[in-house]
Amino acid sequence: MKNYLFGLLAFALFATVLTSCSKDGDDTTTDLTGTGSVTLEFDHRAGDASLVFGANYRTANGDTVKFSTFNYFVSNFVFVKSDGTEYTVPKDECYFLVKHDDAESREVTISGIPAGDYNEVKFIIGVDSAKSVSPVDQRKGVLDPAAGASGMYWAWNSGYIFVKVEGTSPQAPLNSSTGERTIEYHTGLFGGMTSKTLNNIKEVELHSHDEAAKVRKDTKPHFHIYVDILEMFTSPTNIDVFDNPTSHAGPYSEIVANNYADMFILDHIHN
Amino acid sequence: MNTFNKIFCLLFAVLLFASCKKDDPVVVPEDVKFTVPSNFPAPTYSFSSNEITQSGFELGRRLFYDPIFSRDSSISCGDCHISYSAFSHVDHITSHGINGLLGKRNAPAVQNMAWRTSFFWDGGVPLLDLVPLNAIQNPVEMDEVPANVVRKLNRSSVYPAMFKKAFPGLDTISGADMLKALSQFMNMLVSANSRYDHYVRGESGGTLSADELAGLALFKAKCSTCHATDLFTDQSFRNNGILSDFTLDKCRYEVSTFPDDIGKFAVPSLRNVERTPPYMHNGKFKTLEAVLNHYTSGVKDTPSLDPLLKQNGQLGIPLTDIEKQQIIAFLKTLTDESFSTDPRFQHP
Ligand code: HEC
Ligand code: HEC
Repeated sequence: MKNYLFGLLAFALFATVLTSCSKDGDDTTTDLTGTGSVTLEFDHRAGDASLVFGANYRTANGDTVKFSTFNYFVSNFVFVKSDGTEYTVPKDECYFLVKHDDAESREVTISGIPAGDYNEVKFIIGVDSAKSVSPVDQRKGVLDPAAGASGMYWAWNSGYIFVKVEGTSPQAPLNSSTGERTIEYHTGLFGGMTSKTLNNIKEVELHSHDEAAKVRKDTKPHFHIYVDILEMFTSPTNIDVFDNPTSHAGPYSEIVANNYADMFILDHIHN
Repeated sequence: MNTFNKIFCLLFAVLLFASCKKDDPVVVPEDVKFTVPSNFPAPTYSFSSNEITQSGFELGRRLFYDPIFSRDSSISCGDCHISYSAFSHVDHITSHGINGLLGKRNAPAVQNMAWRTSFFWDGGVPLLDLVPLNAIQNPVEMDEVPANVVRKLNRSSVYPAMFKKAFPGLDTISGADMLKALSQFMNMLVSANSRYDHYVRGESGGTLSADELAGLALFKAKCSTCHATDLFTDQSFRNNGILSDFTLDKCRYEVSTFPDDIGKFAVPSLRNVERTPPYMHNGKFKTLEAVLNHYTSGVKDTPSLDPLLKQNGQLGIPLTDIEKQQIIAFLKTLTDESFSTDPRFQHP
């Protein structure tokens, strides 16, 4: 009887160790049923440093810049497993406005993802064209143009501002309306509806070769993503803030968008 | 009760009822129904997400004529879009907004909006629902923030009840509902009862004179590629040779950023054109005669000039004086008196 009890206890202990082990992620649980969530952490950087508003940074062109606004839309998320199968997040749950001065907005959690090991995330910088021309009552929260879409909407060239960067630079010319040496890059344009316009929607694919987000019913994996604001000023084209201190819905926005297309870098995935 | 009393009571009741009706700001015939005229193509507006109702239409009309949209409550949509001139801004070269500020473009007619694929001279807005946001925010038009308007509406003594009726199940007024109500009113602004319409639909009252018929034939031959279909626009962006320099207003280019688009403007509908002077985006011409003279001998050659206006190396559209008069006679058959005077569309 005593032995029997001891055996049971030993088994229980063994079982606990086993489960806790798998919880640590050293071993993969085989329970791939149900859904889980993934958190994307957008870690804002300026080159090698963390981004701090008001601090000085140097662009690739050698200009000294200080930032006061850094906002962008990310949307249309797709998670990819190592075997290539994809999970597309339902569209309406998947428009996020990230603002540097709103810490909460820099962490985006997407739930309802089928259990599995995902080593890639794809999304677009901006708001897709279908949403940009959808009826007004299908645009809630940050997308509500009547509420100003948090300052991320152009009424005259109707559409969302995808990326908004504002600040100052001693190398920029004096701006007569602000009285400061302002730099201001508001980039949008989704391609138009019946008549075409410039299309500045950029697709991002972030892939890891050696890590995967283990999405399970009870796990909380993170994609830790660096977003380097200085990338907007370089590759492929160096921006000279004297020549181009501002850019809005004009042709130069294509250069700005091509530059920021690679500002997202996957640092690591942790489970 | 004796008979006298009975009659008195009845009389009193009738009087009461009548006076009630008079005070009511929204006395409209209960016939708000959107129909597609048989000579029109299919509409583009997505009615499934915003069906027109009597109460939504009345609300939209009230909003359209309410200066609540402007920052200093000085100007309403209806001040620039006047019913007599098919809801355009007649006799203003470019429209005045708040503080008397001059806009850079002429206010076009607001008619047959449900068929449009884009709005404004530059086509910068793809949906009717989003049009008011542009007017509200434009510093030379109303210079107000939409969210403020929504706040003002929620605080008003009349609007919350009107919105509840138009959009049941709603506690506070939302921006989307404000825009939907305005769209309901504007979608009802259908002009399709000119003499020309009666003519093409074979209805009574559709007789055109010999000159008008000659004008119609000339119009079909010379103008209808751009001013196409019974909407009288193909809704494209084109340069009709109006200026030799577009530095002040590059128009479509400012929306698309494509250099080929410099100087291209949305082809306007010509319905009610008799009532909508001055003409062109910049109000350059006061009369239809001047417009026709432009097409024959005033066309300016710039890189984006439409090839239709430079055929065989010849600038413009050749027309004799008689032909010009015939085209003008035809254009005047597009005047839709019943549209401009429809009591449903007037200031409530
Ligand atoms: C100060 C005068 C002014 C006021 C007030 C005004 N508008 Fe306009 N509206 C204009 C002008 C000017 C244009 C053309 C501007 C352009 O194309 O750049 C226009 C264009 C439009 C158009 C597009 C028509 C077309 O053919 O593309 C619509 C619809 C419209 N306005 C509706 C409204 C509504 C609704 C309001 C009220 C919320 C309003 N407007 C207030 C002057 C005004
Ligand atoms: C190549 C295309 C094209 C052709 C052909 C053409 N138009 Fe136009 N029309 C336009 C455009 C574009 C505008 C607006 C230009 C602007 O505002 O700068 C316009 C404007 C007008 C206007 C002014 C409307 C208003 O409300 O301001 C009238 C009237 C007009 N056209 C009549 C005619 C007639 C009559 C003919 C034939 C003799 C003709 N058009 C041929 C493209 C064309």
